[in-house]
Amino acid sequence: MNIVVCVKQVPESRDVEMDPETGNLKREGAAAVMNPFDLFALEAGLQLKERYGGTVTAITMGPPQAEEVIREAYMMGADDGMILCDREFAGADTLATSFTLAQGIRHLQAVDLIICGLQTTDGDTAQVGPGIAEFLDIPHETSIQKIHGMDEDGLRVEKDMGHVVMDLSLQLPTLISVAKGVNQPRLLSFRRKLQTRDWPARYLERSDLDDHKEAFFGLDGSPTQVEAMFPPQPHTASERWEGSSQELADRLVQLLVEEKFVQSGVDE
Amino acid sequence: MALKVITDRCTGCGRCITVCPFDAVYLENDVAVITPGCRVCRLCIKECPEDALYLEESSQPEADMAGHSGVLVVAEAVESKLHPVTLELMGKGRELADELQQKLYVVVIGHGLKSAAEELLQYGADEVWLYEDASLKHFRIEPHTNAAAHAVSGLTPNIVLIGATPVGRSLAPRLAVRLRTGLTADCTTLKVKENGDLVQIRPAFGGDVMAQIVTPQHRPQMATVRHKVMDPAQRFRREGAVLRQQELTDSALASRIRVHSVHRRREKPSISDAEIVVAVGRGVKEQKDLKLADDLARLLGGQVGVTRPLVEMGWGDHTQQIGLSGRSIRPKLLIALGISGAVQFTAGASGAECVVAINSDPDAPVFSSAHYGLVGDLYEIVPKVIAGLERGESIHAVL
Repeated sequence: MNIVVCVKQVPESRDVEMDPETGNLKREGAAAVMNPFDLFALEAGLQLKERYGGTVTAITMGPPQAEEVIREAYMMGADDGMILCDREFAGADTLATSFTLAQGIRHLQAVDLIICGLQTTDGDTAQVGPGIAEFLDIPHETSIQKIHGMDEDGLRVEKDMGHVVMDLSLQLPTLISVAKGVNQPRLLSFRRKLQTRDWPARYLERSDLDDHKEAFFGLDGSPTQVEAMFPPQPHTASERWEGSSQELADRLVQLLVEEKFVQSGVDE
Repeated sequence: MALKVITDRCTGCGRCITVCPFDAVYLENDVAVITPGCRVCRLCIKECPEDALYLEESSQPEADMAGHSGVLVVAEAVESKLHPVTLELMGKGRELADELQQKLYVVVIGHGLKSAAEELLQYGADEVWLYEDASLKHFRIEPHTNAAAHAVSGLTPNIVLIGATPVGRSLAPRLAVRLRTGLTADCTTLKVKENGDLVQIRPAFGGDVMAQIVTPQHRPQMATVRHKVMDPAQRFRREGAVLRQQELTDSALASRIRVHSVHRRREKPSISDAEIVVAVGRGVKEQKDLKLADDLARLLGGQVGVTRPLVEMGWGDHTQQIGLSGRSIRPKLLIALGISGAVQFTAGASGAECVVAINSDPDAPVFSSAHYGLVGDLYEIVPKVIAGLERGESIHAVL
């Protein structure tokens, strides 16, 4: 089974503050790490490879320093790594990112399974995995909480749908995005760190890709544009309520309704 | 389109490096160089004292803007039941459609949903399109995407709204790629400009920053919205509101996914992920009184958490414990019942967006970190809150 795992380098801390006067983001020496959700995706790929043979290739789109997450994937057990790196990829939204990664995966050929983390901690959209699957015209499922393995219908998995769980099989080739807790990611191996120190990571730029029309990549290929960024309105209320218990209860019920904390009577 | 440096103007002062949130600028021979990490947030352009940075615009063909009209809501149905986010999307959709003087469309995809689709006509839709087929009973991505894409090509809406639920978060990005258009996830505010552009505001960087996003040259403009963010649609039937049944071809209904079964979740989700937490502290006198918290949490669809002393007394287990030696929580709402607010507890609860504290001691430290502090006896107040919510529940159950 030839498996591709999509990974991304993200800022370690989610704590980004914005200067309310200048609107500038304050980012104090934020270290970059592998997106935590991707550790589960890598572990899922490695476990399937151990059961069914084949290879695990880690792929990422990013600047040259994103090679660090490919090296981390090697240390966990990946066989190969690819970095899609080109200035023309800059400013990509989820559409352009999905397209670029799909092109990179197509370049690898004979891929049976693509695994993504559910979402990234910096973008939080969970959109890139399904986008890749559409570009490759293969089925996908998101929020996978359990991987049973192969059965006669394909890869058998459980999908978390909120209040219900779906037990299903996907024909290969396919793409899944895995939820936190689908497995226990292994630790990085120091021995593998030494073994893989000289392993190169393959770099691909736009001109290496099959479909490399400029308009599909980076900012040009991104329909969405960030118009502005501003600090959120913090929940600043600090009220002290006093009165009879009935008055307090009524005010609280009203608050819960106004703030939409009350279930509307239908299961999620 | 890319960020460019006018090398003659750049003095190598490095201010662009300081403001860049993505570490995407470095200096080479005292001239700024932009790396592929650039997300074109434009902060450096504003910061540069020499005007040495600019955005190179590329000419893109404009989409057929005038040909797209109306707001399309993709209803969400899980196992033949409509999800309440549908009415919330319709509430917002109606508002945007009114502002643009356009129509509100709803597409319903599934099986056994005819009466639910008819019911949606009572909530402000101009047209409801129903895709009804046994093979659409379970959510499977290919036929559901095909149905939604069929509706979009038939109705050519200006805006498409989808719930940011497990189903919507799978369907929306696939549909956006099929339509080669932009999609903004988890919008908390949506409004329209006069020219029909949808202004989409969403939290970024884990909610520390809000980003305002537009899709100026592509139609339809797509956004997902989480459950309980928008106000549900009012009951109001539009004149001429109509339900239209749609058919898909067999190949459009085919799927490479086989669903074996769908069952209700057995395990309780972790308290760390809960959106609503009712936490109990030593203000509760007896173990059986925890039922008050259980009832309140059940009505709100939340979970019960406890402080360390309660775990030590055996009234709760470790998986429920909030605090320094327990779990950290980040709920939208935390209701603290009889909790004094020791650091042990608040350290694990500081991520809560809205904190309501009920405590009979007006000097309890918990009040200093609460947004709403109710000074009173929880044994008096909570049963009345439960009664109030139960009354409201019967009024609010609409579908």
